[in-house]
Amino acid sequence: MNDAHVADVSRRHFMQGTGLIIGLTILPKTAAASVTQGNPQGVEGVSQSMNAFVRVAPDNQVTVLSKHLEMGQGPYTGLTQLVAEELDADWEKMHVEASPVDDEVYKNFALGMQLTGGSTSIANSYEQFRKAGATAKAMLVMAAAARWGVPQNTLTVSKGVISHKASGKSANFGELAEDAAAFSPPQNVSLKSRDQFTIIGTHKQRLDTPAKTNGSAVFTMDVIADEMLYAVVAHPPKFGASVDSVVDKDALKVAGVTMVKAIPQGVAVYATSTYAALKGRDKLSVTWSESKAETRSSKQIENDFRQAMSSGGFEASATGDVEAALAKQNVTVVEQEYVFPFLAHAPMEPLDAVLLKNKEGGIECYAGAQFPGSDADAIAKVCGVNREQVTVHVQLAGGSFGRRAQFGSPYMTEAAEVFKASGMDRPVKHIMTREDDIKGGFYRPLTIHKLKAALDSEGNIVAWDQHVACQSLMGKQDELDETSVEGAREVPYQFKHHRCMSYNTSSKVPVLWWRSVGHTHTGYTVETFIDELLEKGGKDPIEGRLALMQPDSRDAGVLRTVAKMADEAGPVASNAARGVAVHKSFSTYVAQIAEVTRNQNGEPKVTRVWVAVDCGVAVNPNHIKAQMEGGVGFGVGAILYDEVVLSEGGTVEQSNFHDYRSLRMSEMPHVEVTVIQSDASPTGVGEPGVPPIGPAVANAWRRLTGESTYRLPMVKAAQA
Amino acid sequence: MLSFTLNGEKTTFDGDPDTPLLWVIRDANHLTGTKYGCGIAQCGACTVHVNGMSKRACVTPISTCEGSQITTIESVDGREAKAVQAAWKSLDVPQCGYCQSGQIMSAVALLKQKPSPSDEDIDNAMDGNICRCATYQRIRKAIHDAAKEMEASA
Amino acid sequence: MKMSAKRVFCIAVCLVASASSPAIAESLKSVDEFDNVKDEKARSVAMFEEVGKVLQHPRCLNCHPVGNQPLQGEDMVLHNPPVQRGPGNFGVAGMECNTCHQAMNVKVTGQSEDVKSIPGHPKWHLAPPEMAWVGKSLGEICLQLKDKERNGNKTMPEMIHHMAEDTLVGWGWEPGDGREPAPGTQAAFGKLFKAWVDTGAHCPKV
Repeated sequence: MNDAHVADVSRRHFMQGTGLIIGLTILPKTAAASVTQGNPQGVEGVSQSMNAFVRVAPDNQVTVLSKHLEMGQGPYTGLTQLVAEELDADWEKMHVEASPVDDEVYKNFALGMQLTGGSTSIANSYEQFRKAGATAKAMLVMAAAARWGVPQNTLTVSKGVISHKASGKSANFGELAEDAAAFSPPQNVSLKSRDQFTIIGTHKQRLDTPAKTNGSAVFTMDVIADEMLYAVVAHPPKFGASVDSVVDKDALKVAGVTMVKAIPQGVAVYATSTYAALKGRDKLSVTWSESKAETRSSKQIENDFRQAMSSGGFEASATGDVEAALAKQNVTVVEQEYVFPFLAHAPMEPLDAVLLKNKEGGIECYAGAQFPGSDADAIAKVCGVNREQVTVHVQLAGGSFGRRAQFGSPYMTEAAEVFKASGMDRPVKHIMTREDDIKGGFYRPLTIHKLKAALDSEGNIVAWDQHVACQSLMGKQDELDETSVEGAREVPYQFKHHRCMSYNTSSKVPVLWWRSVGHTHTGYTVETFIDELLEKGGKDPIEGRLALMQPDSRDAGVLRTVAKMADEAGPVASNAARGVAVHKSFSTYVAQIAEVTRNQNGEPKVTRVWVAVDCGVAVNPNHIKAQMEGGVGFGVGAILYDEVVLSEGGTVEQSNFHDYRSLRMSEMPHVEVTVIQSDASPTGVGEPGVPPIGPAVANAWRRLTGESTYRLPMVKAAQA
Repeated sequence: MLSFTLNGEKTTFDGDPDTPLLWVIRDANHLTGTKYGCGIAQCGACTVHVNGMSKRACVTPISTCEGSQITTIESVDGREAKAVQAAWKSLDVPQCGYCQSGQIMSAVALLKQKPSPSDEDIDNAMDGNICRCATYQRIRKAIHDAAKEMEASA
Repeated sequence: MKMSAKRVFCIAVCLVASASSPAIAESLKSVDEFDNVKDEKARSVAMFEEVGKVLQHPRCLNCHPVGNQPLQGEDMVLHNPPVQRGPGNFGVAGMECNTCHQAMNVKVTGQSEDVKSIPGHPKWHLAPPEMAWVGKSLGEICLQLKDKERNGNKTMPEMIHHMAEDTLVGWGWEPGDGREPAPGTQAAFGKLFKAWVDTGAHCPKV
């Protein structure tokens, strides 16, 4: 992402946003009367809107409206820190809640609509939310100056209080809010320089932490509405299959089941409790039409994808003449194929939504939405109402890792179909079970990489040729999808001859970005292949990498830092080995060293991981560390254990956490993180911790056992 | 009609006796801190205390709860719970937070029996609680910190 | 259940287990059917081999593991979620057996087709370490059963009673939906076991 561009767009749109709102007093969201849990509690009294992002209440409580979904990565707190910094607010008085849904006012500047994803929440909001704070402060200062008849420049602001030293007068934000809201927002406000920061760059406890330790945090699953029905859907056993016929007699006999309806996505069972809905679904007898279904196994799909790599393809990047370099007489050519399985996201909270019709005939939806505007579009289309009549109330999401971000909102389309088919008389909570989630597609694509490199007589890498085949996440067929090759088309290493080719393949298995998107496989191939090449060439994994990088690059910076961290931690444990990887994703640079040993079953056990991350200005270093720790754990689980397999005929083998394993406590390595000090614009941290851990672990395992891992997951590969 | 005590209050349930305790807590009593994550005792998000012992509510039929004392995250209390919740906050353990009610209930159950658990004790007690955000490192530290706090204030 | 998924958990135990597990039998021969074996010692051994179809069935072996973790499933993989024996064989602090297992089998509704029920019994727990059977030959198990150091300090009459009457042993024949019961019935198994004892309790070759 281009930071300068973001800042520029940010300026324009911020003012546009404020222009729409200023002068109005926006009360806390009014929601459907029947919803008893799921609306923000709000603060006492009538809050004054300073702009689209900041409200001040009479008792001096400040509420920030987050345009980004809180699904665990911490934007609620980070965005509030940005506002509080420039507002000179009292941190203890800061609150945050989800903003309304508006693809213009609450647009993600990096991605063009209201959208949480791509590790962009802080990056795209860095200027906008600081300006929101600074503008609000300016208006409060104007109000104080007018009230006391003193010049603005004689006033000081600190911790939510505006003071006039000469007269001894002071007032807090709350006392001035109503006056302030009547002023026009200044067009130009100056922002603090980094050395003036007192809130940005410090650890502030996450604003959502207390509610997440006492059960009071409300997720979509927890939304309660009067007379609400619970619905689950029986989905086809194969991708692309559809309902042929349903026998629902037994399902309808289950106490509490009120209806059974066929919808395009399957068969919906409605009941007065979740358990009755589940029991009813178990009693359905559905015949599926499989004429349009995907019937290939993963193995067959893999073979077809491999076949697709034999011709065509898009040149994603090219430097020099790779083919000529590989054909030279005096080089050693190394070739390797890698295969990556489909992966499910498996967020702890499966997909869910609550929909209801309000008194005005509009539809209200409660969901942890990454694309709330798109979800609203889908609801309007399915339920046959105007888009203006749809209100999405964004809820906390119990994880996502990309799962809740779908172009065209296929999940919300299903939830809306369920609601529509119910007759829309009563609120409906639609939930997916864990099985619906894991068997439901939208996987990280099955991907094949073929790499070829040439080493000269001194072991130097002179040519690198990388071919990547997978389904396009963006639905592209006849053009390059950059997400297929991000992280492979440009590498931190200076190769004289370098090429990256991309092949769009197809299947009926729906695919989706999975925490770090294309980097989930490109990071692995680039960083394991180079590690092997360096070893073959007799070079040190750290020094060898550094020799191929620009010495003053940020990649080299994190690599040197992580090497130092591991060195200082002391020697490698006995019966263990260390592996390194460095990878830039979402404009953030991360290097990791993993120490790996064997567990009692002979499988890899990751014991320690060192991480160096350069994400520009660190808005909340402790939360950046948390994202690195979590990214490592998420990645280790996937790389060691996870795959979604289509068996013969095309049904998904895995269904729940017993056969789609998640990392557990005893398998979590100890992670140490260093956040590089930087003045660069902040970049994301939700995803970039993931890509390096797979190759770091695989490189360590190869150094420990002599075995390379070219087919994931590692544990299965180790047993094959 | 089944009767039991839920967070100190006499409660009854007259629906299907096979209904898992999880859905009785959530759907019938509107206590939503206890979460659904898997339905097969794999993830621990539904952990509650039944007569002081940790239980996976998703595989506990309400028929087995006649006369039981059931405690959920909303009312878990006592020195272990206070220490655990304080440590969770001080370390900013939760990310998405969806699993954390279950993590906390398991951690409290552990500390009630083992006031100063080793790393191995923590592994053994907590391996049944999945956190997809992988906050395990902070959970481990928070349990150790809670144990220290309990010892210091004893 | 699928091999690919289950193999993730434990290759070592699977290999050991499959090496010594007999083919699963659905029925048990009655005591009468051994009348044709005239030699009493041979008859005793033959009856114990029939008893072994139960003892070495996954329903029994899974909770007589070597080490501190139970196995599960027909293919006897490590129990998932990971659980530990604990000091009294009832699990560890915070993760007891009855954290998940009830006093009876519990049908699972609306979830995975692989997990149709969660097994249960009022005394659900692991056999103590000295009663580990996994990976042992039937002859070894036989000697173990007669050794009071390794059979819970039971006399043979007590062993007969245990096999024929104990309800946790009996769970093996009523293991809940989605699990194959041990062969025959507990009554038939008890009679065979008693007949084996009455014929001298001779063991197959180790």
